[in-house]
Amino acid sequence: MSFDAPTIDYAGLSPVIALTVGLVVIVLAAVFDSVRRFGPALALLTYAVTAGCLIWQWNANLDLVSGSLRIDGLAVTLSLLAVIAAAVAVLLAIGDPSETQAGRSDWLALLTGSLLGMVILAQATSMLTFFVGLELLSIPLYALCGTNLRRRESLESGLKYLIVGSVGSATLLYGLAMIYGASGATGFQAISDGLQAGDGMLSDSLTLVGVGMVAVGLAFKVSIAPFHQWTPDVYQGAPTPVTAFMAVATKAAAFAVFIRFFLVALGPLADQWDVMLAALAALSIVVGNVGALAQTSLKRMLGYSGVAQAGYMLAGIVTATQAGVDALVFYLAAYVAMNVAAFAVVVIRERQNGFSDDISTLRGLGREKPLLAWPLTIAMLALAGLPPTAGFIGKLYLIEALVDDDWTWLAVMIAIGTMISLGYYLRVVATLWMSPAGQAEAGAEIDTASLPPQIAGAQADPFEDSRADRRWYLVAPALIATAAALFFGVIPQPLVDFAQHAGDALSVWIS
Amino acid sequence: MLSSIIWTPLVFGLIGLLVPKRFAAWVAALGAVITLGLAIGVLAGFDPDGGMQYITDVSWIPGLGVDYSLGIDGVSIFLVLLTTIAWIPAICFSAIRGTDRPALYYLMLLAGETSTLGAFLAQDLLLFVLFFDLMIVPFYFLFGIWGRDRGGEEDPERSPGNGPVSVQSATLKMIVFTLIGSLLMLVGAIAAAVIAADGGELTFSIQTIVARGLPEGSQNWIFWFFAAAFLVKMPAFPLHGWMPDSYRAAPLPALAVFSAVLSKVGAYGFLRVVLPMMPDASDLFQSTMLVLAICSILYGSAMAFTKTDLRLVLGFSSVAQLGFITAGIFAFDSTGAEGAVLQMVNHGLVVVPAFLIVAMISERTGSEELGPMGGLAKKAPVFAVIFLIVSMATLAIPASANFIGEFYILNGLFQVDAAWAIVASVGVALAAFYALRMYQLTMHNPLPDGSDSREISLRDALVLVPMVGIVVVLAFCPQLIIHGSEQAVDSSIAIVREVAK
Repeated sequence: MSFDAPTIDYAGLSPVIALTVGLVVIVLAAVFDSVRRFGPALALLTYAVTAGCLIWQWNANLDLVSGSLRIDGLAVTLSLLAVIAAAVAVLLAIGDPSETQAGRSDWLALLTGSLLGMVILAQATSMLTFFVGLELLSIPLYALCGTNLRRRESLESGLKYLIVGSVGSATLLYGLAMIYGASGATGFQAISDGLQAGDGMLSDSLTLVGVGMVAVGLAFKVSIAPFHQWTPDVYQGAPTPVTAFMAVATKAAAFAVFIRFFLVALGPLADQWDVMLAALAALSIVVGNVGALAQTSLKRMLGYSGVAQAGYMLAGIVTATQAGVDALVFYLAAYVAMNVAAFAVVVIRERQNGFSDDISTLRGLGREKPLLAWPLTIAMLALAGLPPTAGFIGKLYLIEALVDDDWTWLAVMIAIGTMISLGYYLRVVATLWMSPAGQAEAGAEIDTASLPPQIAGAQADPFEDSRADRRWYLVAPALIATAAALFFGVIPQPLVDFAQHAGDALSVWIS
Repeated sequence: MLSSIIWTPLVFGLIGLLVPKRFAAWVAALGAVITLGLAIGVLAGFDPDGGMQYITDVSWIPGLGVDYSLGIDGVSIFLVLLTTIAWIPAICFSAIRGTDRPALYYLMLLAGETSTLGAFLAQDLLLFVLFFDLMIVPFYFLFGIWGRDRGGEEDPERSPGNGPVSVQSATLKMIVFTLIGSLLMLVGAIAAAVIAADGGELTFSIQTIVARGLPEGSQNWIFWFFAAAFLVKMPAFPLHGWMPDSYRAAPLPALAVFSAVLSKVGAYGFLRVVLPMMPDASDLFQSTMLVLAICSILYGSAMAFTKTDLRLVLGFSSVAQLGFITAGIFAFDSTGAEGAVLQMVNHGLVVVPAFLIVAMISERTGSEELGPMGGLAKKAPVFAVIFLIVSMATLAIPASANFIGEFYILNGLFQVDAAWAIVASVGVALAAFYALRMYQLTMHNPLPDGSDSREISLRDALVLVPMVGIVVVLAFCPQLIIHGSEQAVDSSIAIVREVAK
């Protein structure tokens, strides 16, 4: 009996290969003192090569490794977003306490490992690669959250993320098992065929419970309410470069598999799950926006805002149309730009302010450091969906897709959520521009107890850097992301083409 | 051509960032004057009977069916002129006095002009919504950064009638109110295009959507989504809640153009979008809208003659005036709508000098409260005459263009029902009360201590006199606007008149 090994398309696998090789090199570099310093450069080189491979495979549309991975428009576009987010995280982490304390190479290896998981996840077309990719994404992230070894919050956030994330993964795994039971297949296309072929499987309670559990598991990953409780704590506790990476890249990868699994594998069940996802989206929009209103920590606020934004994006899946997927990918790309701009400014301010991310530390920044204030201002206006930013066009795109598919009520929910969100986004803008510096309000003072002990003492924090706003590797991501958020608000067509490239990949399955 | 009108102000605002600070103001003024020149150029080649002209139509986001499509007709041309005129005194007035962070200030002011002109010229529904949303952003910064807290502990003008107002909360309230309306409008606009396309090619062209028509059931809810945005923007009773606080906190030159022009975008939206696109719903809700308009007139007038803060007197008088304009539009009658267009221009032209005069009064008395004022006319006859003309125009004294405007509107209302016209005409009488009260309490009576009655400076006069001159000229020939807008107004209300019959 002969055994045929699956044919392997190395060109199609090249992004995964490039990242794996890069990962090995980064780990090995840790051994040599002379090379270790160049860790960030090595990581950036790896990501650049990966991005190059992805762009090389831009028009690819084929199954890899016996149909367990698939490289197509959806995979390429969303992987690119994740790679960009990782590159930004590398830059923002230079000189960050987390990176130094955990060991530069280890930190970068964890980041690259997580990115590899994301790239696999974006291509996954089988339940096995789906789960492997998801775990490869998550486990390094749990560790990354705890890399600021001297901050209790950082360790706490890593542990919290680990526990909650494991619950999410377990739920997902149960769900996948049930769907396997109902369809008798692991490949996404085969699941779809199996569900349609099986007698009454489309309305079988086993199938539906499985679908529900998969949705819950994925909702944990993209922080959809009511499975979002970990988000603000972990966002706040984790080192800010990690938070920036997590906020953006995890969403890109998890939404990629969310789209693929629900529209391809569970496509025949669309009439059953669309209402469920719509309810989750609406709840997420309300909970995220209302929760953000009361926050005084910028990172917590961005965490809640991320919950709301995930709700907007989920609405794109609810439609189960190509327009919905396009809108989601467009919004995700815009979200990358606005979040990178916001987090880069947070990183800079933290290093100048003894690592406090309280909103009151931004007072008077508009007058003193306009170069820092503008990126944050534009990011806030973009997140709030005001023109002329990509955030406005993104909302427009989502609403158009929703109304076109008779989900007008969900479109109205997005509008209502946006109104609530003005309350907290504009508070940041007002603090930047409309309050004089050094006039802290009572009760809004920096909580000294939560800071590392050396702040209170005479000794200066070795990681504080009063010149952080002049470091090119911190300022450049903020400025480029801001420029992108404005550029794609005025000339959105290139980004629309980008998003439609993702949607076209699914044209076989959805209209 | 129209594109250059829209973008010239913004370009000059950006140039202002590059030049030395002391020149920023004059670069801005130059930009505003050039924009006015371009607008006059368009007027020179404008044919009142030619319908939509100077059409620009470029695909902007083909993936979403959005076009960059501009055009000008008999209604928008006068509002474009009003806009380009109104910004010049506001900029010059600020330039004379100087402002904190001038480059940013003028950039915001000119960005406001760009977005307002864009809203008046857009012929694509989404482009209109985009400019409509965009307008609020620069004014948010203008009010927030250059405004000031009022009525606080240290404020010498503190008075029992006016509670404390903080800039931050006032601007937040303003932008939330405005965006509640305009976000719903965004949903409404997309729904209108999708429903009108009915599976066909999606386009947001206003003319195409009007031609395709909307089913009656959808019209009813889309109507309110649009109406919410426009009524908040005006502001109309009972959606004026944001107005008092932001008017009190805002810097006066920015407030002058805000009150003069931005409020008109709401009224313009009814005429351009709501009536042609949703004729059945407009007909169905005609009485509701007229009731809202009449309430605005009566409530605005009553508030205007009880308030003691000069800004609020003008603010509430605007509510009343916008009530008249809404009533004229919803009379579905040519004379009423023409009167409304004339009144939009009149009100804008009067409000700009009125707010600038308030600024000058407060420089002389140190306060914007009517109570302790008086006697300013004593040594300042020219100043008093300018203010008198503005007041007379506000109260629509016969022979003023405002009189013609209100007369046309009332005439239109009579065609609907005499009762509406009679109730609305009470508003005309009330206007005399508050305008004369404002004039008398500031200019007549003995001069209290601490007030300084000094003549208007030459530079200020150069800013104000042309504006007042235009008001006077318009009083002699209001038919310029009536005739110029006739054809465009008729075509705007043609469909709804058909339905109303």
